[in-house]
Amino acid sequence: MHEIFTTRHNPHIDPSMTMWGWEIPVYLFLGGMVAGMMIIAGYFLFSGRHKESNCSCYSIPFTSFILLSAGMLALFLDLSHKPYVWRLYTTFQITSPMSWGAWILLLVYPALIANIIIRPPSWMTKRIPKLVDVSGKIQAHPFLVKNIGILNMILGMMLGAYTGVLLSTMGARPLWNTSLLWVLFLVSGLSTAAAYVHLVAKNKAESELLAKADNGFLVVELFVMVMLFLGLLSSAGPHIEAAQLLLSGPYAPAFWVFVIGLGIVIPLGIQLLAVNHKIKHTPIAPIMVIVGGLILRFVIVSAGQYSHWFNAHFK
Amino acid sequence: MPRYGMVIDTRKCVGCSDCVVACKTENNVPIGYNRDWIVTESFGKFPDINMEIRTERCNHCTETPCVSCCPTGASHIHDVGGVVLVDHNKCIGCKACVEACPYDARFIHPDGYADKCTFCIHRVEKGENPACVDVCPTYCMYFGDLDDPNSEVSKLLNSRKYHVLIPDAGTKPNIFYLV
Repeated sequence: MHEIFTTRHNPHIDPSMTMWGWEIPVYLFLGGMVAGMMIIAGYFLFSGRHKESNCSCYSIPFTSFILLSAGMLALFLDLSHKPYVWRLYTTFQITSPMSWGAWILLLVYPALIANIIIRPPSWMTKRIPKLVDVSGKIQAHPFLVKNIGILNMILGMMLGAYTGVLLSTMGARPLWNTSLLWVLFLVSGLSTAAAYVHLVAKNKAESELLAKADNGFLVVELFVMVMLFLGLLSSAGPHIEAAQLLLSGPYAPAFWVFVIGLGIVIPLGIQLLAVNHKIKHTPIAPIMVIVGGLILRFVIVSAGQYSHWFNAHFK
Repeated sequence: MPRYGMVIDTRKCVGCSDCVVACKTENNVPIGYNRDWIVTESFGKFPDINMEIRTERCNHCTETPCVSCCPTGASHIHDVGGVVLVDHNKCIGCKACVEACPYDARFIHPDGYADKCTFCIHRVEKGENPACVDVCPTYCMYFGDLDDPNSEVSKLLNSRKYHVLIPDAGTKPNIFYLV
């Protein structure tokens, strides 16, 4: 037997950690999706696809701006000492992924705005007519457009990766403590972003391209998950128990049904049939991918907080 | 420069919670929250069953994941004694430190900032012991400089068997439990 009784009952810590609620998974999901959208939009600018007038690289940055702001609002709502939020920008803590993230977010906004200004939406130019001149000047310099694309891709990768690193540096939570988590979150972000662009793209060839890309991302995501679990299962006891939380424990139904089944495997099957022209493209598959990406963040954040080290000094 | 630590004799601790009450009184810890607490651990196989009673709190680790992850520098190592503290006026309440602690020793104070045991640094800097140490009716708690070979804590660690909590987490805790 091994029985532990404690008189501690701190809120959201005992009996198990629930300190991070809905706000963090929502932020991680939106941050990851925006990261993917920046990479896709950046690639379209870089590869010259923006020359097509209905290229979605003109609509994605504004949507990204809105989604990222919603994510940051969620992040702000999570803070319990809100009046001191400005303290984030009075220092740079090199060992803190959250400090890195705060400064990366500060760079992401100008990159998104630069991308929006390449061809601003008509309602924006009506209010600020000067934007038309600025937009014309940028478009007259293809080199500049390309560099805005590269900047968006780099910052998108940094944003997507940091959402995973933020959790994986927490050695106290064995499920998060894997160096593959950032890869998983980055690929999942790319996959949800590709699904979104596939859903809204007005250009048919682009929609087709994104469906194919999404299939690739989903396959890579499955592969990364297999590697992540192999890593955890071949590690120390707490890591094995952490992996089992998802594979066969209390989080298994949500993980297998919503993340793997409805979030990856079934939409992958539908989209494979669609890109091979067996069935028509349907909005159902990309919506499933996006919802699956959101549930992945909820499952990882929640199960990660539940995972813990053993009090291992007694054998 | 001292390195403060605590030695707790689990063979003397009876789990009376006097240390918990002293801490709450001394540090005005809000109702429903604990900076320190009592753990009773039973282990073994019948009929060879053992029980350990001990008082726990922040381990003021040498390797501090709670300090490394803090985005504002609010969580920091104090100049005196390597005590891990939180500057309330820098804390944004992001809870990263709470998640980073393998001992779950931190909590979010109702006023919003992260809070935890301070080793009663306000008393220690005046040459006194932490409140929990001074009130212990069985004298099971010892506080002192781990780097001073003549300190009581060093002598106890040299002469008795001890363990730390969750050594596998690699945080090098500075609270030692005599067995």
